[in-house]
Amino acid sequence: MAVRTLTINEKLVSAPEGATILQAARENGIDIPTLCQLDGLSTVGACRLCLVEVGPSGRLQAACVTQVAEEMVVRTETPKLREYRKMIIELLLTERNHVCAVCVANHHCELQDLAVKLGVDHVRFEYLHPHLAVDVSHELFGIDHNRCVLCTRCVRICDEIEGVHTWDVSGRGTNARIISDLNQPWGESPTCTSCGKCVQACPTGAIFRQGSTVAEMEKDRQRLRFLLTAREKREWLV
Amino acid sequence: MARLKLATVWLGGCSGCHMSFLDMDEWLIDLAQAADIVYSPFVDAKEFPDNVDATLVEGAVANEDHFNLARQIRKRSRWVISFGDCAVTGNVTAMRNYFGGAKEVLDRGYVELATQKPAWPSDPGVLPTLLDRVVPLHQVIPVDFYIPGCPPPAGRIRKVLSALIEGKEPHLEGDDIRFG
Repeated sequence: MAVRTLTINEKLVSAPEGATILQAARENGIDIPTLCQLDGLSTVGACRLCLVEVGPSGRLQAACVTQVAEEMVVRTETPKLREYRKMIIELLLTERNHVCAVCVANHHCELQDLAVKLGVDHVRFEYLHPHLAVDVSHELFGIDHNRCVLCTRCVRICDEIEGVHTWDVSGRGTNARIISDLNQPWGESPTCTSCGKCVQACPTGAIFRQGSTVAEMEKDRQRLRFLLTAREKREWLV
Repeated sequence: MARLKLATVWLGGCSGCHMSFLDMDEWLIDLAQAADIVYSPFVDAKEFPDNVDATLVEGAVANEDHFNLARQIRKRSRWVISFGDCAVTGNVTAMRNYFGGAKEVLDRGYVELATQKPAWPSDPGVLPTLLDRVVPLHQVIPVDFYIPGCPPPAGRIRKVLSALIEGKEPHLEGDDIRFG
């Protein structure tokens, strides 16, 4: 396979042709924050947290969907990028009702972790406080749209790993909602196999196990890692 | 060094942040040696005094009393500090915003959910004048520093107060700025 040589943060690195900037960075121990990206799923560039500056003009590109190229110059940590990433988290926090104190995922939440990492100690924008539904019609799981960041991990894991495609997205912009099947209650979904992969993939408290109370919803990403290894390497490591 | 003039205020919150303040335990003795608590739910002062060095404000701004007190605090304090998630984000106090404005919220509480005599209390002075939307403190007045947490753990509060006593600018980072 052809190798591409590029510069990330003044450091010369090489990556296989077709690799993304995110993969090349991680391979070289360079951390780029992500939210919608999940190993083993297709990439959609939805959250924009992995924005990096490319080339002399510092053009902004999402590292998860941009392929490496020969002599590419990438910067992953600039004051502008730090400010934009912080702003993205703040805007995510204003768009829905992320009340950490009463959330099932408190202290086990990727959005909360990112706020800590990016130095969000308050939000400079006005909160929208939309009135959103909680669907607990499924016998095992529930979906709380108050906590959803529209990363679409649930949509992709259901489609690409479980092969069912119960989840999808309806509406646009701030009206976008995760829906099950033909926008019907999750409990009435004829396709859902109750496998729980979406529960494990969800980065926040939006999809949770029924009966979880505040701070109880710990996600087990190892289960997803197990599925990925089984698929890619044909190894069923318990 | 001059003693720090410290105030703490309780707006639209549950007083959990003040409980956490008390959780600083024996360090409160050290604090008492370095600071005067000039206004607080813990002390008996009726009027918010002038020339306060630092004021910790717990709670979101939910009614006109909060709004007016917040403006008075800003005028009379050198440092205004949002103390806990309600002051910083609106948090649980702001969850009433999902229902709409003040009228919808009062209808929800006193009419729709009432089992007997569904009506707003009519006696004067019983109901505070609610703002249409609950907002974080910094949406009403400029805030100098933020202590997130519901409640902020005692160690987090202590770090901020220690810096103020030493005349330094407080600094929190990492897990010390975690919401929730």
